[in-house]
This record gives sequence, C-alpha cells and structure tokens, in this order.
Amino acid sequence: MIRYILPAVIFLLLTGFLFVGLYKDPSLVPSPLIGKPVPTFATGTLKDPEKIITNKDIQGEYALVNVWATWCAACKQEHAALVYLAEELNVPIYGLNYKDHRESAMQWLVQYGDPYVANIFDENGRIAIDFGVYGAPETFLIDKNGIIRHKLVGIMTADVWRDQFVPKIEQMTPSAAK
Amino acid sequence: MKLFCRLPILVLIFSVSSIGAEMITVAPEYEERYEDILEELRCLVCQNQTVAESSSDLANDLRVEVKEMLERGSSDQEILDFMSDRYGDFVLYRPPVKSHTLLLWIGPFLFLVGGVIIAIAMIRKRSKSIPADTLNEQDKQRLQNLLHTDDQEDR
Repeated sequence: MIRYILPAVIFLLLTGFLFVGLYKDPSLVPSPLIGKPVPTFATGTLKDPEKIITNKDIQGEYALVNVWATWCAACKQEHAALVYLAEELNVPIYGLNYKDHRESAMQWLVQYGDPYVANIFDENGRIAIDFGVYGAPETFLIDKNGIIRHKLVGIMTADVWRDQFVPKIEQMTPSAAK
Repeated sequence: MKLFCRLPILVLIFSVSSIGAEMITVAPEYEERYEDILEELRCLVCQNQTVAESSSDLANDLRVEVKEMLERGSSDQEILDFMSDRYGDFVLYRPPVKSHTLLLWIGPFLFLVGGVIIAIAMIRKRSKSIPADTLNEQDKQRLQNLLHTDDQEDR
C-alpha cells in the first residue's frame, strides 16, 4: 500500500511548494533593516547643498523616506500618489534622491509637484547602500523613534498605502489613526 | 561538430560577462581578496549573477564599496557582514547556517539518506521475492539432463 501512497504524498508536497512559489516574487528581498534605526547620514539637501540634512531630521509621529530618481521610470508612475499623500493626507515624506543630477531632479519637482518635506541628495548612492536600496522606487516607513517599520520595493499606489502602510501606522500611533 | 556549434556561444557568454565589470583598479596587495569577496556576493538587481559579474549600477557601487573597505583595512568577514547587514543573508552566495536556513543546508543530505533507505528497502524486498531454492531433487535432475542434452546438441 505504501508504495502507492508515498509517491502520491511526495508529488502533492512538491506541487504544493511549486504552487506557493508561483505567487511569490523572487525579486523581493526581505530587508534586514526592518526594526532597526534609520542609518546615520549627513549630506546636503537637493535644493540647497549648503543645508545639511541628517538622519535626526526625519522626525514626527511617523514619516516616509522615498527613494527616487529622474532616470527611474517607475518613480514617475508613483509620483502622483506621493503628491496626493503629501497634499491631501499630510503625510510627511522625505525624499532620497538616488544617483541623480541636481538640475534634472529640481526640474522634475517643479514639473510634477513636490511632495517632499526635504530631499537627501545622494549623488553617488552611498547613503542608499546604507539603506539597503537595490532598486528605485523604494519607500520606508519610519516611526517616531526613528525605527524603520516597513519597506516597500516598487510603486506606491492607493492600494499599497491602504493595505501595507495604514495598518502599520495605526499600530504605531493609536491616537493619530484615521 | 557539436563543439564548433557551441564555441561561438561560449565566446559570446564570456565576452558579455567581461563587459560587465567596469574597470576598478585595486592595489595589487588587495587584488586577490577583492576578487574573492566579489564572487561571494549576489547582485540584487540581476539575482543570478555575482557582484563580480554584474554590469548593474548597484553592483558597480558595491565594488567601489568593497574596494574602499579593503583600503581602510576591513577584514573579509567585516565586509561580508557590512553587506548582509544592509541587504540580508540573500546577498551572500553561501548563506550562514541559521534556524531558517537549516533545511537549505541539510536538505540534500536528508534526500541522500532517504534515497539510501528506499534503495535498501527495495533491494531487500527483491531478494526476498526470488525464493532461493524451490526445486526439489527430481526437478534438479531434470534440469541437469536438459542442460546436458543442450550441450551435446550444440556440439
């Protein structure tokens, strides 16, 4: 009897694993930075190279750090969503302008709207390495103690905001829940 | 003939992968360690390539980072830790043995042990299903006679 059951069990197990694998995105790499403090950095902002922005400047009940660049096509797709979050929901968003040209980045913000409180200008991508960035756009959720709570790799949309970010923010700030 | 068909493909593969590595010059005393470390790191943009092979921008930045860490006197382990602190164990081609990577490490051995057990069971079963000695004396005699006559006929 076992000679019939055993192969069937092995087959079902294997199919099960493969089936689950179908719905997993192999390009998503879990970030080891979740639960850890924002990496330390100090650099000029996008708009004013003389004005220094550091990790201590990312403050508030919660904040987003959004990695973007003008060469990144997907960043253009999510930009309207970021503008909406900033303007309609008063979400504080800090930009990490990743390996970009200062002029084109500033031009972009004039053209498509500026959802950012401030922008970290990371010309050579070194700060991004500390954030474990491997592809723009990426968005980090930071709590009031400066701890990274969530990381999104890919485009911010209304659905992503509602499903991934809102529950985490409600958890972090029970009082400010909307 | 087969070799001749494959040769151009091989040449193509190797030439493509060498385009990837943008020239970063490392002092000769670090060169060997530099190469070794890059072979240990997975490029997260094109996941089946090492940082040494990949032509992605990120891989290039990581190569610069490794080079500068070597020049600052970091040990190999410090550099690998630096990478896995930021990108997770996934960035290491040889993931460390931890509770959630245990199956990855011992899995192949489990399959081997399983295979050996199944093989032993099958061999035992088979040797039992062929009865060693079922011929009685009379049958043996007949068999001998038959074999014997066969022999004679052949000659």
